[in-house]
Amino acid sequence: MKKCYLGIDIGSISTKGVIIDYNNNILAKDYLETNGEPIQAVKKLIKSLKEQLPDDYVLKGIGTTGSARKLIGLMVDASIVKNEITAHAIGTLAIHPDVKTILEIGGQDSKIIILRNGIIVDYSMNTLCAAGTGAFLSSQAKRLSIPIEEFGNMALKSKTPVKIAARCTVFAESDLIHKAGLGYSKEDIIAGLCKSIVLNYLNNLGKGKKIEGPIVFQGGVSKNKGVVKYFKEVLKMPIIVDPNGHLMGAMGMAILAKQKETDKVYNLNFHDISFVTKGEECNRCSNHCEILRIYKDDELVDAWGSKCHRV
Amino acid sequence: MNKIIAFPQVGDYAYPITYLLKHIVRAETLYIPHISSETIELGSRYSPDFVCTPFKYTLGTFIECLELGANVLIQLGGGCRYGYYHELQKEILKNLNYHFTYINLVTEGKTDIKKIIKQFKKIDPKFSILKGLYYLFITKNMVKYMDEIDEYIRYNIGFEQEKNSFLNLKKEMLNSFSKTKGYFSLKRKYRYYKNKFKNIKLKNEPRFQVGIIGELYTVMEPSANYELELELASHGIAIKRYTNATYLLFEKKKKVKKYLKKAKDYIKYKMGADAADNIGRCIELCEEKFDGVIHIKSSFCTPEIGASLIIKKICQKYDMPLLEFSFDTNTSKVGMKTRCEAFVDMIEMRKENEKVLFRN
Repeated sequence: MKKCYLGIDIGSISTKGVIIDYNNNILAKDYLETNGEPIQAVKKLIKSLKEQLPDDYVLKGIGTTGSARKLIGLMVDASIVKNEITAHAIGTLAIHPDVKTILEIGGQDSKIIILRNGIIVDYSMNTLCAAGTGAFLSSQAKRLSIPIEEFGNMALKSKTPVKIAARCTVFAESDLIHKAGLGYSKEDIIAGLCKSIVLNYLNNLGKGKKIEGPIVFQGGVSKNKGVVKYFKEVLKMPIIVDPNGHLMGAMGMAILAKQKETDKVYNLNFHDISFVTKGEECNRCSNHCEILRIYKDDELVDAWGSKCHRV
Repeated sequence: MNKIIAFPQVGDYAYPITYLLKHIVRAETLYIPHISSETIELGSRYSPDFVCTPFKYTLGTFIECLELGANVLIQLGGGCRYGYYHELQKEILKNLNYHFTYINLVTEGKTDIKKIIKQFKKIDPKFSILKGLYYLFITKNMVKYMDEIDEYIRYNIGFEQEKNSFLNLKKEMLNSFSKTKGYFSLKRKYRYYKNKFKNIKLKNEPRFQVGIIGELYTVMEPSANYELELELASHGIAIKRYTNATYLLFEKKKKVKKYLKKAKDYIKYKMGADAADNIGRCIELCEEKFDGVIHIKSSFCTPEIGASLIIKKICQKYDMPLLEFSFDTNTSKVGMKTRCEAFVDMIEMRKENEKVLFRN
């Protein structure tokens, strides 16, 4: 029996999963929408991965990352649960060992990771504003009634992108409505939007960071050709966009699970486990903690959210 | 009408302040409620949106105290926007129809002792200066001892063998301190607890050292930084923190000159509050080869915004990992945890890489 390792990245918009063998070759991969239900999404994901996996492999480790990493880690009994920054860096290094800058724009957050000689030396994550994220792009695509898949191609058609405020989502949106009212073409507006994402990202996260090549661009927004084009234009450097770029977080977790390998053997039978969460506001003191209790097969396995560690 | 005194909540300093007030004025001192999400909600509701966060926290505490019956409020005031807190808070609370006396201890960067004594005499006509001085002396020492022991706790709490042994003992110590009768009894208690703290069994693990610098209230009040110190400790990190009451009240005047000298490549004058100190401390941490620097501030803190760019520059020069936080009333704890985790991972990766390079 050969060994394999599973990595799951549960993001705000999409859920990604990868199974790798001992030499980091991808054996199975899938990508599907979270739809606000991480537990259901992961069940679906694992079912699909199971069908892709050849029979002669035995699962030796599971790693989870992303915003629902703790919950899913509990559900699948993961061997390692890690933050997105480390996961992305490890995953990307496996494919591009000489990478020096990772740009990542996801559905709800964006981050920049600076690496030198294969180790993270600096990173930053957006703090306050959603202007530089995929959520903003998709909401504006809806406003202009353009399918998000065509967004990038339309941006490429424009020769003179309109200027759109890059500081803040609210300002960007009012700029956009204003420019549309003035009669600018849709292509120019979309191109302007893509450029504003790039400028916002670099203003917010890139400030004071030494961005050097090779640069790898990841996350859902990296599929948007318009954004890639303006990153190249503004940074004046080539940008690498991997076809598996969206899987890097999951890949990193699979590698970390490999490094933490024990004798334990994992299985992929999760679809019949009942995994329920119940939220409740505790009124015992003025903190009003929102306590979340997690039940696996009707048994309380964990509770989060209380400041006084009450379950 | 009975006088009931209240003051803002900062760290554990409610214990010595209550002790002092109880002994020098014949008035009731309120048991100040801990900062909860309700406090923060109350404070932000009645504060200007873009005021620094400590304003919101302290205003929230004041409203809660006034609801509990307090009618004398004491605010410290300081060298930045903090110096204007008292005027604004007084007006806001008056508009909310509360009746109270408001005492501000530091006005325009100076402490007018005569004025403060006058105000205390108004609360308690029999207020005795001699008695006040004696208990001030005891309280000063109590704060000093607390800070000294806190420093030891901060450096070691991540390595305790039995969970919560540090925090439980600290609670016991604070309760015992607040029942102190005189100076010698305090000193005895201090020695006893110091010994007890030193005897807490620690795990023998290699530790990373991280220095925390930043705006004073956010640094000192755990609820304002979402218990950053405990979170770091849970990752096995030894913490060094400069700002505490002893520093602010007794050492700052002397040490700020030292820090200014250290930071002379970057700044010439003081930048208000602790900004100049923090730049000097950052250089010191870099020179002492710490494993990382964490710079925290409340949102809209003007002095620290000025300092933060210089701190970034210094950390780049010394190749020092830097993590920055800007805490507001609605930052979620999850974001802080993710960044801390990544920060610790980064330090670990760097260390391991150094080891490999060393071996080659």
